[in-house]
Amino acid sequence: MDEFILIFRHEDGTKVASPEQIEVWMKQTMDWIGGIAAQNKFSSGTGLPFDDARVVWHNNVVTNGPFGEIKETIGGYIIVKADSVEEAVGFAQGCPVLMGEGNSVEVRKIARRDGVH
Amino acid sequence: MKKQELIPHLFRTEYRKIVSVLCRRFGFDQMETAEDITSDTFLEAAQTWSFNGVPSNPAAWLYNVAKNKAKNHLQRNNIFESKVSPEVKINHSEFQELDIDLSPQNINDSQLQMMFAICHPAISPEAQIGLSLRILCGFGIDEIAEAFLTNKETINKRLFRAKEKIRNEKLKIELPNPAEIDERLENVLTTIYLLFSEGYYSVSQNQTLRKDLCFEAMRLCNMLIENNSTNKPPVNALLSLMCFHASRFEARLGKNGEHILYDDQDVSLWNADLISKGAYFLKCATTGNVLSKYHIEASIAYWSTQKTDTKEKWENVLQLYNRLLQVAYSPIAALNRTFALSKANGKAEAIVEAEKLKLTDNQFYFTLLGELYTGIDHDKAKSNFKTALSIARTPTDKQVIQKKLDQLQQ
Repeated sequence: MDEFILIFRHEDGTKVASPEQIEVWMKQTMDWIGGIAAQNKFSSGTGLPFDDARVVWHNNVVTNGPFGEIKETIGGYIIVKADSVEEAVGFAQGCPVLMGEGNSVEVRKIARRDGVH
Repeated sequence: MKKQELIPHLFRTEYRKIVSVLCRRFGFDQMETAEDITSDTFLEAAQTWSFNGVPSNPAAWLYNVAKNKAKNHLQRNNIFESKVSPEVKINHSEFQELDIDLSPQNINDSQLQMMFAICHPAISPEAQIGLSLRILCGFGIDEIAEAFLTNKETINKRLFRAKEKIRNEKLKIELPNPAEIDERLENVLTTIYLLFSEGYYSVSQNQTLRKDLCFEAMRLCNMLIENNSTNKPPVNALLSLMCFHASRFEARLGKNGEHILYDDQDVSLWNADLISKGAYFLKCATTGNVLSKYHIEASIAYWSTQKTDTKEKWENVLQLYNRLLQVAYSPIAALNRTFALSKANGKAEAIVEAEKLKLTDNQFYFTLLGELYTGIDHDKAKSNFKTALSIARTPTDKQVIQKKLDQLQQ
């Protein structure tokens, strides 16, 4: 069984949501992750808060970020266990982040440290 | 207390103390000697007391006799060693000290150290429970065999193999050093919880024995709380969890040992004292920033003490299961989570999620599906209950499922 990382991409991380809306998203996300964990397919994961976010550039430049030149932000990720990329995509399709237009979930296989990958 | 009840009672409370002290004194590899001396002591009590009457302080009498027997044993050992190999004696100078310390402090220390020794990762979980019941709880081999629904020979073999392992691995009776304690404590807590579950979910019909198992597990956990170096948040969380569960003891078993489901339980039979103890230890568990699986399970168990179906209750339970499954997956937690999901988000969503679990060798999986389809798809409800019935093992389980099928027909 392989591990895949599902990376949540938000088209515009600067949009401000109401506390009620955030609460609804939180529940949807927790229920979605709980559903994956109930199949014993959850490995790890976390949200990535925007507080204290920085971008470190070439030439030792540090900006408050990730906003500014790029609007797209990463809101969090989870790592799941799956037999195939199709199964991992199936998990990703349930991700509540996708309810936001322009948002996406990137699915990437985690390299196995077995010397082959 | 009547005389015929006194010795079994003392056996239950004093055997483990004497055995722990002697074992710690002799070394883990001589566990059998410690057990023999302790058993001999009780045999002598049974013989002497029936002729001479019961002494005014029976426990002190037992300690005294055990002490003398142990001293004799050490003396014989000393003589053997001084005659056979005088050089060895120098290396074993501690053997010269013959006193056996049966003070309350040493009894407590010995039992605590014994707990860590028995719950060593080198010993199989099954053997850990067997040894715990024998050495830490003073259960007879018959009782252990009954709790495991097996025979005495099997238990004896299991204990023998565990003791062999102790000798081969040269395990010591001591508390782990502070750096190791959290890791080793995890193992101890696992064994205590297994011990509790053995009683709580046992298929044995002997209710007194089942309760004893649960209360012994709670007593061991309490011993860890009473000691400063082991009084950690997860220990408090585990005791809280066990208190909450144990509070429903009287309500969950019918007169004939049949299982009474949560929804059908008489709330007035729930033990309010244990519920408030559970709340107390849950509060004690919330110091520090460790969130163990016992914390989550205790919080779920807390909500189970609130019988009323509220949106708040099921939403909380669902989120707790979501978290529990992320740190400690188990099929039963996955099934319970799906049940909570049906209560919080509705049956339609829960059915979709339940079908994904595919726990097709688990009777409770089909019971859950039957439950979810009830009122939605009669045929599917019926066929799922029937599948559950066909793979259920115990008569009690079959009874419960049959009842659900009957209700469906009405």
